[in-house]
Amino acid sequence: MPTKIYAAKKIITMSHTRPEATHVAVRDGKILGAGTLEELERWGDYTLDETFADKVLMPGFVEGHAHSSAGSVWDGAYLGWFDRVDPDGKKWVGLKTIDGVVQRLKEAAAAKPDEPIVIGWGLDPIYMDNVRVTRDDLDQACSDRPIVIMHASGHIMNMNTFALEKAGLLKPGLNHPGIPLGGDGLPMGELKSPEIMGPAGAKVGFDRGKAIEGSSAGLISYARLCVRAGVTTATDLARALTEESVAQALRITGAPDFPLCLVPFRIMMGLSPEDLVNFVAGIKAKSTERCDLGRIKVVADGSIQGFTARLLWPGYQNGAPNGQWYVAPEQMAEIYERALAAGVMVHTHTNGNEATQLAIETLEAALKKVPSPDNRFTLQHCQLATPAQFRRMARLGMCVNLFANHHYYWGDEHYKYTVGPERAERMNACRTALDSGVPMTIHSDAPVTPLGPLFTAWAAVTRRTASGRVQGAGEKITVAEALEAITLGAAFTLGMDHLIGSIEAGKRADFAVLEDDPFAVDPEKLKDVAVWGTVQGGRVFAAADI
Amino acid sequence: MTPALPVTVIGGYLGAGKTTLVNHLLRTSGLRLAVLVNEFGALPIDSDLIEAEGDALVSIAGGCVCCEYGDDLVGAVMQVMALEPKPDHILLESSGVAIPGSILASLLFVDGLRGDGVVVVADAAEIMNTAGNRYLADTIERQLADADILVLNKADLVDEAALDSVRNWLGAQVPGTRILPAVQGQVPHDALLGSVPLPRRGHRISGHAAGLFSSVVLHPSGPVDPVALATSLAEGGHGLVRAKGYVANEAGGQTLIQVVGARWTVEPAEPGHQTGVVCIGLKSGFDPGRLDGLGLVEAV
Repeated sequence: MPTKIYAAKKIITMSHTRPEATHVAVRDGKILGAGTLEELERWGDYTLDETFADKVLMPGFVEGHAHSSAGSVWDGAYLGWFDRVDPDGKKWVGLKTIDGVVQRLKEAAAAKPDEPIVIGWGLDPIYMDNVRVTRDDLDQACSDRPIVIMHASGHIMNMNTFALEKAGLLKPGLNHPGIPLGGDGLPMGELKSPEIMGPAGAKVGFDRGKAIEGSSAGLISYARLCVRAGVTTATDLARALTEESVAQALRITGAPDFPLCLVPFRIMMGLSPEDLVNFVAGIKAKSTERCDLGRIKVVADGSIQGFTARLLWPGYQNGAPNGQWYVAPEQMAEIYERALAAGVMVHTHTNGNEATQLAIETLEAALKKVPSPDNRFTLQHCQLATPAQFRRMARLGMCVNLFANHHYYWGDEHYKYTVGPERAERMNACRTALDSGVPMTIHSDAPVTPLGPLFTAWAAVTRRTASGRVQGAGEKITVAEALEAITLGAAFTLGMDHLIGSIEAGKRADFAVLEDDPFAVDPEKLKDVAVWGTVQGGRVFAAADI
Repeated sequence: MTPALPVTVIGGYLGAGKTTLVNHLLRTSGLRLAVLVNEFGALPIDSDLIEAEGDALVSIAGGCVCCEYGDDLVGAVMQVMALEPKPDHILLESSGVAIPGSILASLLFVDGLRGDGVVVVADAAEIMNTAGNRYLADTIERQLADADILVLNKADLVDEAALDSVRNWLGAQVPGTRILPAVQGQVPHDALLGSVPLPRRGHRISGHAAGLFSSVVLHPSGPVDPVALATSLAEGGHGLVRAKGYVANEAGGQTLIQVVGARWTVEPAEPGHQTGVVCIGLKSGFDPGRLDGLGLVEAV
């Protein structure tokens, strides 16, 4: 195979021995070495590629917690407050008023007159002074087909009158906290809590489960979003994988121009712990360079803003009852033990610190039965972890993936409403994690927030919230630490740091191609560093052409 | 009008005996049951009852079926409602940490369903320990609070004093909730499901194992306000576990009354039914004489 040497303005390797280089040599989709042209010429015949002569190369970014539904959500109309770029690269301007939301829905309904249902997503009225969107509002956009809108938080759904009627909900006398009523005694259009949203959606033909899970076709648009964000390896965390959907994922990712290494996790639901671990251990061998299989996601609790996260004392500031378990402690223990024995990695969603405590104690007990010093069991989100919890995680060989984007988007809400100032300031405690010796990465949870590791890094560096405040300055990390978190840090949590995460001899030729040097810009501008595209496995993908 | 299909949610923590109870009901109720389970792990149906396993549906002896609902409960419910012939009753076995009342609430949107009740199974030997577990205390508390009927299972695994103490403890946790002690889930099916035999002359109500239960038929002396009667049966402190039957209403028609623990429903019925309400209770807590004020009490 021929050797190609790429010249760049600067190559940030994330390797401590050789942090910078001017050239990188690639053969067979892998890195021969990074250094000067003269050093790399020793590998023999080569072609010199100057495409990136005025660009900055970094290791391809690794998104440790996102969902492929970040691609398929774009089948619906984007209604969020913030500007957002779709898989085609089109920027959708954030909507600041209800009128704007109605207008966009109207356009979406007109654009697809044959669709039986009009779907919107990403609505977040907390930025509009918590204005309530009503069915009357939505009726202005479309009144002869159902409209279903999922809020950005995922915890509220809006419907128009047509949809409520079809769902059988347009009647007086409903008495359920998940169905707020208007002055006329009829549902005002918001629906809350899964036990209401699920069935109501189903009755109008909206499959909330599928909307969350994403579709196989959505993998392609997900990968395109990844190229625009400089991401070369991304998790799909998680899906109800079956033999069939695994085969489909292998087929789609196997296309010669598929620009991403996908890392799908199997969600714990639907299988007994034994069947779950056996299934996941079994599909591991099917892994390819672009589809890395064999990991499990356990969900321990819910979300903080939905008041379903499990919190240690003193709980929620407004006195809401503690949240909900999504797994029984015994089931978690059995999954951990079986997975450790089978060499299968488990990442566990914990939002509240009580869920984090359970995961730590459960893993500690499992490790006594199945000693596994390099287990890399990772807590995902882990937003409210205490310093003592981080210290204990470090000693157990655990990793953490903190939700830096969440701190930006909902930090103000947590400060004001859910857990109050002190705990809001220590949420997503990157500084404490690193200082405690817990291997760490940070994430977007796309489509919950937009995919964009440089933005995520910026959020962890600045600790800014959407209102512009710095919240929890003591938990700031440096630009270098944040860039490591979105490359090697994430690779480590996935057990892939021997393959990806830095530009070093022997690793996959995965690069994020940047227009600027993230070390040279003002840290406050880190999120604005433009991404030209990626190189994945030695294949070049320009965002402009994807 | 097709009568609504009754749904009973069977909740309770892991290991309490939910699956054992479901299998007992499959064996004894004589009803066509559709069993929905949160997830297929090891199949929760005794193997000798299984007739065929399909992709989504397991066929069980007696025309019963079992299917998994995962995260699509409504889809699974729709699927069993479409079966021909229709099942008589849906049993929904929830996961060990689920809050059963929330599950029942989520089904109330499905037309043609009727929430019959929440049965929570508790392990007599373990429930107090589990309720003392700091991770689980509030979950157990919420599960117990949602129960219309509590099956205190594995009663044989503790001595009498311990059984008394757990009963007293439960009584204090959820005052007024009917508590049925059981061994291996063997609760008379008509104490739990909609199979209360409607009164017919000469009909014998059977299946009351170990003589723990007593049954009577209540005949109101004339047309009644069905809601008032149902409320009284459910909440009047008579110690009833279940009641079911037709009464003449004040509008000149008939109404079907169903009571499960403290939960009751009334629905209009076609005229022409034999009237009378079958009432079932634990002998230890149910004194039929106390129903006297509601009408004529006929022993069966």
